[in-house]
Amino acid sequence: MPGPKANVDAADDPDDGDDGVRIDMISGARMEGLTGMEKIRLILDGVREGNIVILEEGLSPDEESKLIEVTMTEISPDDFTGIEIETYPKAEAGDQSFLDKLMGRESTQKLTVIGPANRIETLHKDENLISTLVSRK
Amino acid sequence: MGLLTNLRDSISRVTDGLFAADEPKRIGIYGPPNAGKTTLANRIARDWTGDAVGPESHIPHETRRARRKENVEIERNGRKVTIDIVDTPGVTTKVDYKEFLDHDMEKDDAVRRSREATEGVAEAMHWLREDVDGVIYVLDSTTDPFTQVNTMLIGIIESQDLPALILANKTDLEGSDVQQIANAFPQHETIPLSALEGDNMDEVYTKIAEYFG
Repeated sequence: MPGPKANVDAADDPDDGDDGVRIDMISGARMEGLTGMEKIRLILDGVREGNIVILEEGLSPDEESKLIEVTMTEISPDDFTGIEIETYPKAEAGDQSFLDKLMGRESTQKLTVIGPANRIETLHKDENLISTLVSRK
Repeated sequence: MGLLTNLRDSISRVTDGLFAADEPKRIGIYGPPNAGKTTLANRIARDWTGDAVGPESHIPHETRRARRKENVEIERNGRKVTIDIVDTPGVTTKVDYKEFLDHDMEKDDAVRRSREATEGVAEAMHWLREDVDGVIYVLDSTTDPFTQVNTMLIGIIESQDLPALILANKTDLEGSDVQQIANAFPQHETIPLSALEGDNMDEVYTKIAEYFG
């Protein structure tokens, strides 16, 4: 059972982040068994360490809403100024079946990039491309 | 278990809507910082009650608490709609107090303002999930609407099945591009207006009655 921390596999590299930028690419399978709050913790713990987190399948709208809310509660002067988050524009709602909508099942599969607001800057974004500039600490 | 819970929630939402038909609808005014949300809230409140909702400013995050104006009665085409207007802080994923220092603010004031802003955004997100019956989404038509905050918020609003009216504000300014906003959210109707000048408010009120009545 995978734990909620993103950096277990890289824990034996204490120098990561000092000279470069660490990127955690988290598969949909890894996120699947986590609760909404565990996903948010996984993301924010990584981002607060200065990492870029890439989610293969993104978050649901409800989870995105809670991510914004929790991020706001953690912002503190001269320490953490929040997150930059980018996804491809949402697919048309018409892709979902009536039954999916009725039952509240949401299609959330969309590659999502999240990083510390003071280190990541979006240069360009369209339906097919997200181009970001990541600065070192 | 999950299926039954979802079905029960869906039925509950429908029945709640039926039985609460006479209650004032809580309409949240949402959007990014500096889109003109408070200017719009004040325009609506002044037009129909004579009172304002809160102070307006060009400094981002002037509104740092959700503010409610209750029982605003709007009459349109012989139809009366009663709404509670909830003016919310501009939603963002980042707040840096240093940005306020550019507005002739001392560090202590900037830090306090940023702390209040973060609390306000968190509160606005909570309102959106729990406490509003419909949304007026306000965008500055002179700026690019293809931002992540806009994409996420429209997605959140749609996932809650809330009726949403998109307003392209600041049409009085040079560089206003209403079509760009309409293109960004083609699944929704976009209404142009200048909340500051009061331009096209007739259509806005007609749409409010239509969407939220």
